[in-house]
Amino acid sequence: MGAQRIIVVGAGMVAQRFVQSLREADDAGRYEVEVYGEEQYAPYDRVALTSFFSKAGPEELLLGSPTLWDDPRVTLHRGARVTSIDRAARTVTVDDGSQRSYDHLVLATGSSAWAPPIPGVDLPGVFMYRTLDDVAALRDWVRAKQTLVGRPVRGAVIGGGLLGLEAAGALQSMGATATVVEFANRLMALQVDDSGGEALKSLIQRLGVQVKCGLATSAVEADASGNAGTLKFSSGGEQLVDVVVFATGIRPRDELAREAGLPVGERGGVVVDDACLTSDPSVSAIGECAAAAADEHMSIGLIAPGNTMADVTAHRLLGREEAYLGADTATKLKLLGVDVASFGDAFATTPGALEVVYSDPFSGAYKKLVMTDDASTLLGGMFVGDASAYATLRPMVGAELPGDPSSWILPEGQAERPELELPDAATVCSCNNVTAQSIRAAVNEDGIHDLGELKSHTKAGTACGSCLPLVKKILNTELEKSGIEVSEALCEHFAMSRASLFSAIQVAGLTTFSDIIERFGTGHGCDICKPTVGSILASIYNEHVLSDGRAALQDTNDRYMANMQKDGTYSVVPRIPGGEITPDKLLVIAEVAKDFDLYTKITGGQRIDLFGARLEQLPEIWQRLVDAGMESGHAYGKSLRTVKSCVGSSWCRYGVQDSTSMAIALEERYRGLRSPHKLKVGVSGCARECAEARGKDVGVIATEKGWNVYVGGNGGFTPKHAQLLAEDVDDATVFQVIDRYLMLYIRTADRLQRTAPWQEEYEGGLDAIKDVILNDSLGICADLDEHMAHHIDTYEDEWKAVLEDPARLAQFTSFVNAPDQADPSLAYVEERGQRRPATPAERAAMSGASRSESRV
Amino acid sequence: MSAPVRPRDAEANLTEASSPTQASAPSQASAPTAMVRICGFEDLVPELGVAALVSGTQIAVFRLTDGSVHAVQNLCPFSGASVLSRGITGSRGDEPTIASPIYKQVFSLVTGECLVTMDKEPMPGASPHLRVYRVLVDGPGVWVDPTDLP
Repeated sequence: MGAQRIIVVGAGMVAQRFVQSLREADDAGRYEVEVYGEEQYAPYDRVALTSFFSKAGPEELLLGSPTLWDDPRVTLHRGARVTSIDRAARTVTVDDGSQRSYDHLVLATGSSAWAPPIPGVDLPGVFMYRTLDDVAALRDWVRAKQTLVGRPVRGAVIGGGLLGLEAAGALQSMGATATVVEFANRLMALQVDDSGGEALKSLIQRLGVQVKCGLATSAVEADASGNAGTLKFSSGGEQLVDVVVFATGIRPRDELAREAGLPVGERGGVVVDDACLTSDPSVSAIGECAAAAADEHMSIGLIAPGNTMADVTAHRLLGREEAYLGADTATKLKLLGVDVASFGDAFATTPGALEVVYSDPFSGAYKKLVMTDDASTLLGGMFVGDASAYATLRPMVGAELPGDPSSWILPEGQAERPELELPDAATVCSCNNVTAQSIRAAVNEDGIHDLGELKSHTKAGTACGSCLPLVKKILNTELEKSGIEVSEALCEHFAMSRASLFSAIQVAGLTTFSDIIERFGTGHGCDICKPTVGSILASIYNEHVLSDGRAALQDTNDRYMANMQKDGTYSVVPRIPGGEITPDKLLVIAEVAKDFDLYTKITGGQRIDLFGARLEQLPEIWQRLVDAGMESGHAYGKSLRTVKSCVGSSWCRYGVQDSTSMAIALEERYRGLRSPHKLKVGVSGCARECAEARGKDVGVIATEKGWNVYVGGNGGFTPKHAQLLAEDVDDATVFQVIDRYLMLYIRTADRLQRTAPWQEEYEGGLDAIKDVILNDSLGICADLDEHMAHHIDTYEDEWKAVLEDPARLAQFTSFVNAPDQADPSLAYVEERGQRRPATPAERAAMSGASRSESRV
Repeated sequence: MSAPVRPRDAEANLTEASSPTQASAPSQASAPTAMVRICGFEDLVPELGVAALVSGTQIAVFRLTDGSVHAVQNLCPFSGASVLSRGITGSRGDEPTIASPIYKQVFSLVTGECLVTMDKEPMPGASPHLRVYRVLVDGPGVWVDPTDLP
């Protein structure tokens, strides 16, 4: 028998999840899947729709692995709407007139935005906030209006729920003003109570968004050109507008099911049982279009329950007994930068429930825990303004909360928080429905001891990532319990992590390895701790890497300030800031390369690499480069490498800022800065991003108003796009935020940890790092600034310094008893007009006469 | 200068000659004939290796902080490059070590044994362990014997 055919109607997030879940588990190839979606796009992350405004294009919102749609058992039809279902014949009709038969049908049609039937909702300038096309149209309208009116565009959002506040943030990010009009008496009525709503309102108003609650919009009136111009309210008031966004709720897309005679819920949504099956056992419905028995036949507008329904349906089709037991409506959101979260019985509907409330008049935060009548068991909670305790507390619902509950909502440090032991059944990752038990099993039974592996194995923390701190904590607790030491030790000589050693050395003010190992370590050191200490000393004091006995701490690259190649010779890279170089300097580089017969190659960082220099030749080579005004490029160091740039507004037709000057300024600012790993920076002069800056540790991209600063990008083994740190900032702010970001990284990263994994594993992630850098949440910004200023003030070219010091120059000899003799074991062949090291076979073929050391 | 500590390897071979460390003015003749003087003791910086070329053989020589001097082959068996003099000295337990600068294998400076292979194989036909050479410090001079130890 051939494969059975599943047809999925709808190509949104839940459809994607269903196909992924099915394909991952269908080892035997029992099913082929056809997915029909009316949008032009492959399934994208609708929850992150607002990030469309800060991202380069819709492709960055795509979900999951793109290879899912290349799977021969999966066919995705984009721009193809299913128009009817014939359940008797088991066929669907598509809008091009074609018919397809199915063995099983999955309805994942989602929901549509709903606007109240008031006059003017269809005027130009009125938008919904649901699809990529909606937000793209909104953006184009605001931009066009902006040029037309020559003042900030006046925006209004009808609806003060999650989407409404997101839309208000989007309007603000485009430079428009934003007023939120909410019919109910508070914002986010589904998630927070009256006091929480008040707190949220004042926090959002601080950010410049107007909020009007308890106000019904009766009409949108046109202006002289027929576009949306005035909002009218039932109470009689009015407000001038250039653009209106309706975010007044969603309605399940159940029309296909209705026409096919399937029962629907009182408030819409296809009725399904715990198996996510409709009244027809060949038809399932999942996600927002479904009204599940376990949810009292209400459609739930959240992604997590939709994912669970998708998994249940996929697994049941493969014969597993799974059931959908209702939505966890816990939510944590960041709206306009304000945390809002609620979970469990947040409104204290349980009889006798106690509410423990803390509200902070200064920060504006409002926090509430709901406990059983004896204050022992956690029932739910609500956070506005600071949701840092959410990840820890949410899985504890229904469990006993030790200690004083108020310790969890008082500002950190004011009360001791007890250690929590999560119950096995607690859901740690609600996006992917991963329990504490399955994480513990992965650690204890499958032997996974690494956070990255744990993520890919259990899927915990792979969607929104908010549970990652908790996953890491469970991992560490389990490892400790099973006697596996969670060792932060650098090596056998130092029992502490690099970060601890950094602050220990800094606080103690130690400057030599012998003092440091005597005070904080044991033994004589090794190839792991010596370079680490060498790097830390260089980061703290910015003294020469070869000063005061520090040469013996350095890897060969730093010890000889060149990059060792496979045959023991070195490559030489002079600094070419921003990739800009005069023809005269190019001539000097060419002459040096010719005179020393150096293999020459352009690097990926816009500079020139000269290969095959012997140890004893390095001083002579550098003397000529330094005489011509060049300096070390630190290509050999765990330090700033290059700042790559495009040509920017000085030549390019599209450039909006002078990216080359910015790149040179950054390169001269951070040159020589020693760090836990190499650092690469890029600067692009417009959003076309020719410098590929988002693949760098720090990427600076020009905007019309200034610069966007991105951090934590990586090429290499694990490519990562850099994340937005600061938006539309001026030159001085670019320097300030990068100064602080780099210094924080240098102080707290592990040995050889690049910025991307560092900022992922930093307690609280990039949000916490932003808080440190932009809001000085740790009170260390002045110190970070001063440290970087010291680096910049004390910078010297380390090659020039060596050339001026006979004692250090004496180290650059081939043999202690024959200082001018070249290593006789080197052998080369010519290729494309230059030389390269001979392979072992080529060496064997050469006459022994050229090599006197054949016996070793 | 305080009397340098003689490496263990050298000790057994010095029985018939008067110990150079005790001679007030050692002459070239007082050292065993197979040994070649490569440099002065003060030319060696503690924990920084040097390479010596003795009868066509490259030898890596290390003076450690405790004053001991060690000599091993300069050829790294895992990369085929003559670079061990440019590695980082250290210890594993009580054993003084040298790490190759190319792929970071760690070797004992006393026995030459490869202690950490970094999951790599040596070059075809090569032993993972290093040859160790006898070293003699005769006050101001450092001597090595380039003949193979068994």
